[in-house]
Amino acid sequence: MAKIEITPAMRAVIGVESPPWTHEVTTTSVRSFARGVGYTDHVYFDEAEAKRRGYRSLPAPATYFGTPIFIPGKSNDTFSQPMLPGPRLEHGLRNVLDGGAETEYLEDICAGDTLTVTAQVADLSTRETKAMGEMLIVTNLTTVKNQHGRVVARQRSQGLFY
Amino acid sequence: MPVTWDAFKEGDEIPVLKKKPGVTQLVKYAAGGGDFNPLHHDFNFPQAKALGSIIVHGRFKYAALGELVSNWLDHGGRIQKISCQYRGMDKPDLEMTLGGKVVKKYEEDGKRLADLELWVKNEQGQNTTPGSATVRIDK
Repeated sequence: MAKIEITPAMRAVIGVESPPWTHEVTTTSVRSFARGVGYTDHVYFDEAEAKRRGYRSLPAPATYFGTPIFIPGKSNDTFSQPMLPGPRLEHGLRNVLDGGAETEYLEDICAGDTLTVTAQVADLSTRETKAMGEMLIVTNLTTVKNQHGRVVARQRSQGLFY
Repeated sequence: MPVTWDAFKEGDEIPVLKKKPGVTQLVKYAAGGGDFNPLHHDFNFPQAKALGSIIVHGRFKYAALGELVSNWLDHGGRIQKISCQYRGMDKPDLEMTLGGKVVKKYEEDGKRLADLELWVKNEQGQNTTPGSATVRIDK
């Protein structure tokens, strides 16, 4: 298998923050995510129950920070993420697996919030794996702000390309 | 019942959450989470064929670990941090057992916190998705 080379052009992408993109958190989107995971707690489905438990509206389930606004031609049709202008990471690898993620929460996110999300590549490395051979590991940093301009969450995640 | 500070100690395990996501559940997750990678619903997708099956979204397992911890907290606190690594793939229609253990209970900056170790075990008992969380306890 060809060795994966991290080129200067690829390194140049590290630390470049993307333009912001809007993620909506709505009662419908919270229900849809909670249903997708299989939650049964009514807090994520019934606004009266959410308020009874002290939330402004349906809280965003853990790991959900809104649905990026989808616009054909501007959004990735597979992953729903925006295809933002700026330097692109060109590696030519066809397959991708998710490596993992760490999310830090600073405030509640609830239905009705409009989030502004920026992302950047924080690190690039390669790793030899038994199952898949050599992989390119892309570490992304995502910052989530609410409509008041406060950072409500940060996520560090890894994509594995091979 | 919301979790309370006096109700647990280091070493305690939290109640397990069992999941057996089939293709339909993964389709619901794709709709809710926005990840329509055919690897998670299309058995004819080349990567799925190469792996011998479609696989459960890593993010489904991550979100399910969030559900596990949230169920334990029952709104008596908040997740401050949650992480996991996908070490092994899980295939649909197989039972996974999600669990966690309190590894540290402490106070910091006036907050009552607990660190948890998390896992997702497959039917063979292998931990495909080790994780961790830090939670704040309100009362």
